[in-house]
Amino acid sequence: MLKPLTLTAALLSTPAFAADTPLTVVSWGGDFAAMQDAALARPFAEATGQAVRFLDTDDPAGLVKTQVEAGNVVVDVASVGQGAAMRLCAEGDVEPLDPAALLPAADGTAAAADFMPGTLGDCFVPTDIYSTVIAYDRQALETAPRSAADFFDLDRFPGRRALGRTPQFTLELALIADGVPAAQVYELLATEAGVERALARLDGIRDQIVWWDAGAQPIQLLADREVVMAHAYNGRVYKAAEVDGLPLAILWDAQLYEVEGWVIPKGAPQPQRARDFVAYSTSAEAQLRSAAILPYGPPRLSAQALLENPGADGRTTLAPHLPTAPENMANALFVAPEFWADHETQLRERFTAWLGQD
Amino acid sequence: MQNALDPHAAIVTEASGGAATLLTTADGQPLARALARSSARARRRAFLLVAPLLLFVVVTFVIPIGQMLHRSMYNAGFADNMPQVSAWFQENPAGTPIDEAAWGALAADLQLAAGNRTIGIVGTRINYDVPGTRSLFTSTGRKARDGFPPPYRDSLIEADAKWDNPTLWRAMRSASSAYTANFYLSSLDRTRDDDGKITTVPERQQVYVMLFKRTLWLSLAITGMTFLLGFPIAHLLATLPMRKSNLLMILVLLPFWTSLLVRTTAWMVLLQQQGVLNDIFVWLGVVGPDGRLQMIYNRTGTIIAMTHILLPFMILPLYSVMRTINPSYVRAARSLGATSWTAFRRVYFPQTLPGLGAGALLVFILAVGYYITPALVGGSTGQLISNMIAMHMTETLNWSMAAALAALLLGGVLVLYWVYDRLVGIDNLKLG
Repeated sequence: MLKPLTLTAALLSTPAFAADTPLTVVSWGGDFAAMQDAALARPFAEATGQAVRFLDTDDPAGLVKTQVEAGNVVVDVASVGQGAAMRLCAEGDVEPLDPAALLPAADGTAAAADFMPGTLGDCFVPTDIYSTVIAYDRQALETAPRSAADFFDLDRFPGRRALGRTPQFTLELALIADGVPAAQVYELLATEAGVERALARLDGIRDQIVWWDAGAQPIQLLADREVVMAHAYNGRVYKAAEVDGLPLAILWDAQLYEVEGWVIPKGAPQPQRARDFVAYSTSAEAQLRSAAILPYGPPRLSAQALLENPGADGRTTLAPHLPTAPENMANALFVAPEFWADHETQLRERFTAWLGQD
Repeated sequence: MQNALDPHAAIVTEASGGAATLLTTADGQPLARALARSSARARRRAFLLVAPLLLFVVVTFVIPIGQMLHRSMYNAGFADNMPQVSAWFQENPAGTPIDEAAWGALAADLQLAAGNRTIGIVGTRINYDVPGTRSLFTSTGRKARDGFPPPYRDSLIEADAKWDNPTLWRAMRSASSAYTANFYLSSLDRTRDDDGKITTVPERQQVYVMLFKRTLWLSLAITGMTFLLGFPIAHLLATLPMRKSNLLMILVLLPFWTSLLVRTTAWMVLLQQQGVLNDIFVWLGVVGPDGRLQMIYNRTGTIIAMTHILLPFMILPLYSVMRTINPSYVRAARSLGATSWTAFRRVYFPQTLPGLGAGALLVFILAVGYYITPALVGGSTGQLISNMIAMHMTETLNWSMAAALAALLLGGVLVLYWVYDRLVGIDNLKLG
C-alpha cells in the first residue's frame, strides 16, 4: 500500500517527474567511469534534469547479453568495446542507432562523416579511442627503446617484460616486431603460418615474460620493478607517470588502438532518454571534456582538430599523450573487431596450448 | 513396572489381549490411522520448515545448473534462425549433393536472418565449428538485404567464394539440429573429420585435456600440502590447553576473515622476484642478486597461494574430530608396548580419518573450481580449467562451450565423490 502512495506523492510533487528515474549506465568503473561521470553524465544531468546512475562491472558486454537473454534489462546505456558491440548488434541484443540522430560537428558536418572512418557502427556510437602501448621504466633501461622490435631484444634491453595473457594484442605486437607492416598483420594472422610466426617470435623472450590479466597489473609490475617493459593501456600509463610520478614512458611504435563507445540494450527501460544521452555525450565538446581528464582520444575528427590547435583553455596539454595524435599514429594498428570475432576462440585455444608447453 | 498413564504400555496390554481386536486411541479412532495422521502432520510441518530452503536451492541452484547442462548440448542458434535450409537438411540425408534447392533455401534464410538481425547468432554458431566463418555470414547478410537473384548458387558464390566449401556445409548440417555433442567433443580436444568420424584436433590446438589433467594434478597436490601442513596444527590445537588453543585458533581463522584478493596480493608482495622473500635470500647470500628465485606467476605460485587459502578448510574438520579422540586410547597402546609411531599409526591416525576425509574432500572440490588465485598468480603454467570456463563465459561469449567444460568438471568431481564413497564411505565424513 505504501509504495503506490509514495509514488503518487512523488509524481505530484515534482514537475519533471519522469526524470526521477535515473538513467542507468553500465561502465568499467575506476578512473574511466569517474571520467565519464564528470565529463558526460553530470553536464547531461545539468542540461536536461535527467539524473544518471553508474553501474560498475569488468564485463559490460557480458552483463548486457545476460540481461537481454534473461528478458530483465535494467541497463539503459552500456560502455563496450567496438568488437563486443558488433557481436551484440549482429545477435540482436542491442538497439540499432541512427547516425542522423547524433549531433553534427560545429561546422555542420553530419555526425556520420565526423567520426573517424570505420568507428561508427550500426548499433554503436564511439566515445573514445584507447590504445595498448609499450610502457617502459626510464630508470631501469639505459637507452630508451625505439621500436617494437626492441621489446623482443633481450641483449640490448635486458630484463623481464609484462604481456597480457591473451592472444589479442600479444600476437599483433609480435608480428609487427617481426617486421610485418601493420596493414598486413591480420591477413597474416588468419593463416596458421602467421600465428606460428608470431608465437616463434614470442618464444625468443618466453622465459622473460610475466603475464597479466587485469589492466592494473602491468603498472603495478613496473612500479615494483618486476619488469622493465610492459604492454599496458595508455591511459593507465599516463596516470601512473604524470599523476603518480612513476618513472614510466610510452613507446608509441606499434600501438594497438581500439574504439570504446555506447550501446543501448534491446528492451532498455528508458530507450528515448538513453538515445538523448548517447547523442549528448558523443558531441565534439563532450569528447574534448573527457579527453581533458583521461588521455583517450576523441573519435570525432572535429574534436581531434581542436586538440591539435593549442588553445588557452588548458585542455590541449593532453594532445601529445593521446593515441590519436598524428605523431603517435605513425606505426599504429587498428585492432580489427571483425577479425577477432572470427578467430578469437581458435587463437585463444592455440595460445593457451602454447602457454601450457613446459 | 507398568504405569497406567503410559500410552505405550496401554497399547502393549491391548495388543497382547488378542489379534482380532482393532486397536483404538482414547477417542475411539483406529490407532493405525491416528498414528499415520499425526506422523503425516509432523512430516508436513517438517517440510514446511525446510520449504524456504528447498525453494531457494531449486531457484538458485537446481534450475541454473540444469539450464547450464542443457545449454552444453543444446544450441538452436542455427536451427531457429535458418528454417528453410535446416528443413532441407532434414529432408535430404547426409551425402546428398548440394542442389539448387539447398542454395535457394540458404539464400532465403540469409535474407531472413539479416532482416531479423539474427545473422550474427547464426554466424557465431557456425564459427564454433569452422573458425573464420562468422564474418562470412555477417558480410553476406549485409548484401542479402534485398535478396539474391537465381541461380542462387552462382549469386552466393559471387557474394563470397567461401560458400563453396564442403566443410562449411557439413558444419551447417550438424548445426541444423539444435541438440549436439560437438561442445563436449571440443571440450575433450576432439572434432569430427570429413567423414564425420571423431578424431583428435591437431596437437598445437589441444588444450582442454591438458588443462583438465593439470587441474586434477594441482588440486591433488594442494590437498596433499594442506594435509601435511594442517595435520600437525590441528593436532596441536586439539591437545593444547583451551586458552592457548583459542589463541592459535584465531591465528588459523584470521586469514580466513581476510579478503581473498588481499591474501593473494600479499603473496605477490612476498614471493615476487623483487619481493620480501627474495630480498631476504639475497641479503643472507643464499642466492646472488642475479639468481633471484621465480616463485610466483607460475605453478609454484599457484600451489603456494592456494594451499594457504584452503588450509583452514583442512584444519577445521581435522580439529573438530581430533578434539573428540580420547587420549587414553593412545596411552593404552603405549602401555601395551606400542612405539609412539605404532600408536600413532594404528590407534590415533585411523580415528582422525573422518575429519581427514571431510577436509580432503572440501579442499579438493574447492581447488578444482578455483578461479581468481590461479588467474592472478598462475602465470602461464598455473592456469586451471576454471580460467578457460571464465574465458568462454566473458570473452568469447561461447556459453555452450563454457557449460560443456563445467559439466565435464562437475561429472569428474561426482565420479571422484563416488570413488571416495566406495573407498572410505561417505558416512565416515565428519565436518565438525
